[in-house]
Amino acid sequence: MVLELYLDLNSQPCRSVYIFAKKNNIPFDFQKISLLDGEQYGEEFGKISLIRKAPALRDGDFCLAESIAILHYLAEKFKTPDFWFPVDLHQRARVNEYLSWQHMALRMHGSRIFWLRLLIPKILGVDVPQDKMDAALDDLKHSLNLLEEKFIQDKPFIAGDQISLADLVAIVEVMQPLGSGLDVFEDRPKLSAWRDRVEAAIGKELFDDAHQTILTAQERVSTMDASKMQVFKPKIISFFL
Amino acid sequence: MELYLDLISPPCRSVFLLAKVLQIPFDFKLVKLSAGQQYTEEFGRINTIRKVPVMKEGSFILTESVAILKFLAQKHAPSAVDHWYPADLQQQARVNEYLSWQHLNLRIHGSRVFLLRTLYPLIMGSEVPEDKMDAAVENLTQSVNLLEDKFLQDKAFIVGDKVSLADLVAVIELMQPIGTGLNVLEGHPRLIAWRERVKQEVGKKLFDEAHESVMKVNSLPQEMQRSSHLQALIPKFQKVFNW
Repeated sequence: MVLELYLDLNSQPCRSVYIFAKKNNIPFDFQKISLLDGEQYGEEFGKISLIRKAPALRDGDFCLAESIAILHYLAEKFKTPDFWFPVDLHQRARVNEYLSWQHMALRMHGSRIFWLRLLIPKILGVDVPQDKMDAALDDLKHSLNLLEEKFIQDKPFIAGDQISLADLVAIVEVMQPLGSGLDVFEDRPKLSAWRDRVEAAIGKELFDDAHQTILTAQERVSTMDASKMQVFKPKIISFFL
Repeated sequence: MELYLDLISPPCRSVFLLAKVLQIPFDFKLVKLSAGQQYTEEFGRINTIRKVPVMKEGSFILTESVAILKFLAQKHAPSAVDHWYPADLQQQARVNEYLSWQHLNLRIHGSRVFLLRTLYPLIMGSEVPEDKMDAAVENLTQSVNLLEDKFLQDKAFIVGDKVSLADLVAVIELMQPIGTGLNVLEGHPRLIAWRERVKQEVGKKLFDEAHESVMKVNSLPQEMQRSSHLQALIPKFQKVFNW
């Protein structure tokens, strides 16, 4: 039985898993799940992922959530090339360091911008207060600065000379605010150069394929029926408290 | 090996406990957060992000507790004791799954409740608005429920029969709001029993030693008031409270 990956390519962690599996020719069934349509709250999906989040993996009887865990699992099981997740303890630690830091930094702030710019105005019908937006932009800026200055520095990639899971997880997060129309690469030549290297290492075709959905998000969100998205209201309100 | 720690911080506690349990010799370098010691020039050379914990082994410097824990477990735990971070593919995946989930769930919500209850009045000059506190406690409650219903269920430990990094990290984060007097485990007998099991695995004396400062957290506002760094710390906390 082929491994199943439950994915919505609007979601950053789904993209990293998708790109990794495709790049490494890992056979899988793409099980599409539409988060904005609330499909993660369905009964079937609840059996696969109790935390009701994407991505999710099902390998026979084994179900797994959390992109970081899934990427690690796929790398080990399918014995992907060492550079993705080096066996050397020090190099591996560098990758783990980034993968740990990013949750409460780039991931959180990049996601927030996407919600504040695109989804919340759609769902609530009003723009987000400027002070909240400014604070969120400031947080994102700070995270991008740290990505450049602490993690990439003067190296080609985060762990050194070759791409790793760290760059993959970073790039999909950096692309998210871009999908809401915010040019995160403006005035950031170092970040742009790193992005070009990551894209080349992944392969332009696969990179574009994975990002097509998010880069057309603005158009799609504008045509969505806001009344069907009210299930997200409590989540949004808790953003502001 | 040097470990830069302040045991008031949950991620410092997990690193401290693992190093002690695995009997890894280390120099405990105190970075007192309430005194703003993370902002010294000296510490800035160790970690530009100015957070704890940090591990320094020769010229190799590593931040992020999850990365440090995995590094220490893989380097120092002999194969007979690999339950902390099992080599088995699926078991290790379960540990990774918890360690990944917890950042934006139990960790962030537990910390927020802790900060609101201990420092909000000092930093913001007023009591915590009720709706803000209720929302924070509700988020924490949801995380605690998921910990029980999805991660632990009826097993002895998160991965199964043996204690792992997942349990260690979970327990130290739970202790943060507990230290403020909020009994987050009330009504969760499975979690209460599990916490006792984890304490046993670590050693009760060691566990209590690690949690001494968080259990005395009522003195934190006074400590911070005496700190010359308070003014510098205020805007950083205000930002967190204004979310």
